[in-house]
Amino acid sequence: MSADHLPEHPDFLWRNPDPKKSYDAVIVGGGGHGLATAYFLAKNHGMTNIAILEKGWLAGGNMARNTTIIRSNYLWDESAAIYEHALKLWEILPEELEYDFLFSQRGVMNLAHTLGDVRESMRRVGANRLNGVDAEWLEPDQVKELCPILNTSDNIRYPVMGATYQPRAGIAKHDHVAWAFARKCDELGVDIIQNCEVTGFIKDGNKVTGVQTTRGTINTEKVGLCAAGHSSVLAEMAGFRLPIQSHPLQALVSELHEPVHPTVVMSNHVHVYVSQAHKGELVMGAGVDSYNGYGQRGSFHVIEEQMAAAVELFPIFARAHVLRTWGGIVDTTLDASPIVGLSPVENMFVNCGWGTGGFKGTPAAGLTFAHTIATGAPHKLNKPFALERFETGALIDEHGAAAVAH
Amino acid sequence: MLLISCPNCGPRDETEFHYGGQAHIAYPENPNDLSDREWAEYLFYRENTKGTFAERWVHSTGCRQWFNMLRDTVSYEIHSIYAMGQSRPDITASSPKAEPEKPGEFTQSGDYGQAGDPGLAPGTATAPTSSEGV
Repeated sequence: MSADHLPEHPDFLWRNPDPKKSYDAVIVGGGGHGLATAYFLAKNHGMTNIAILEKGWLAGGNMARNTTIIRSNYLWDESAAIYEHALKLWEILPEELEYDFLFSQRGVMNLAHTLGDVRESMRRVGANRLNGVDAEWLEPDQVKELCPILNTSDNIRYPVMGATYQPRAGIAKHDHVAWAFARKCDELGVDIIQNCEVTGFIKDGNKVTGVQTTRGTINTEKVGLCAAGHSSVLAEMAGFRLPIQSHPLQALVSELHEPVHPTVVMSNHVHVYVSQAHKGELVMGAGVDSYNGYGQRGSFHVIEEQMAAAVELFPIFARAHVLRTWGGIVDTTLDASPIVGLSPVENMFVNCGWGTGGFKGTPAAGLTFAHTIATGAPHKLNKPFALERFETGALIDEHGAAAVAH
Repeated sequence: MLLISCPNCGPRDETEFHYGGQAHIAYPENPNDLSDREWAEYLFYRENTKGTFAERWVHSTGCRQWFNMLRDTVSYEIHSIYAMGQSRPDITASSPKAEPEKPGEFTQSGDYGQAGDPGLAPGTATAPTSSEGV
């Protein structure tokens, strides 16, 4: 077939400009958080002379690799506030960005398999309700009613003893979210610069004044880091440390199936989380590989264990096949909460440490980080998530408390 | 899956081991003298190296002994496995892979990790000054 017969290439949603000599602000990392930050900088703070620098292609890191779960049923007040704000933004963003990224509020269920799980789950439902987060406790028969393919009988090693349920939670199409933000950023005048890796920072004393990149030197008044798994590498270039460890986090999809799975099911104890994508693939994930790694891949036994857990909970998945597995690099902190705020370097700001749960936080990360960069001070939602908390001891310990598998 | 050569038991699957994070972190000699910043550094700040990283592992379902490893965090290649208390080997000088090929290779005369012994490999002069591996 000659080229004449090929369909016309669709319009690009954003330009691919060459970097300018200088910007008012530079965002390092063209994933969801970087895009959302640039969008809110332009929209809420009128900063349009800004650039997003992406070392690879737009939204090709964790934004392309996550399992797209969106929920806000976190235990502590600080977390509930920021994640619930994110969820409220998710609810209005398709209209605001004029792009339907298929946010499907099909609910998220967090299963309880032990008496400890049950007590912790009920406690979390109570805490969620006090914080205005929709949450309810489901008995096993209600679990079965909502998700008939779940094995709620007592013939498994850890029978389902109930679940928490957040009806407003759900999934969205991650690529479309990135494209929606990118198109709006571009419309507002933001330069999205791909294939532009940051190789160093230019400082005047302790103040950052520019960025060295594989596409030349760029002067800038302010720098915002949104580099997830590579945050420590950038911080080291800038001359400070972050309390972050980067780990591989893997996920997998099956081939396409008829719609069988009506909601999102997460189990910390048997350890898997499963939803069915809009196209029909079963999407699964679990915990990180134990070792530090930047390789965007992990060990197969981790995949094997999460599939075993999925088959235990969903017997009809036994005949499904794995189509693909992959890994991303997640930036974990010791308290399983993100770091969004100032850095030890003047005019440099950090947004990192979202670990295994960054996708759901995208809009709130963008909103609060943009506020922090524009005003030089944190938004009330990200104030508790400052780097200083590791010194003051005011940790926001979401380990095991927030349905920790993301 | 990583294939890890335990100094005592030989090559075993990664699933038999547990990860212990960065190696060579000494417990502060005088914790009460530390500032909040220094204590935070000890508690929460660890290197997050992209490249060759010195880390600890324990053979939890085997001999239950701790050991150190130099591993590349991008390729995941294991460059060297060495005993607790031993200082980090220099792998820049085109040295051959310093991973034990056979069980017991680092444990001549059976003095590796004996009770009351801090786990020095034979011929090591460096005395451990910390509680690493505990």
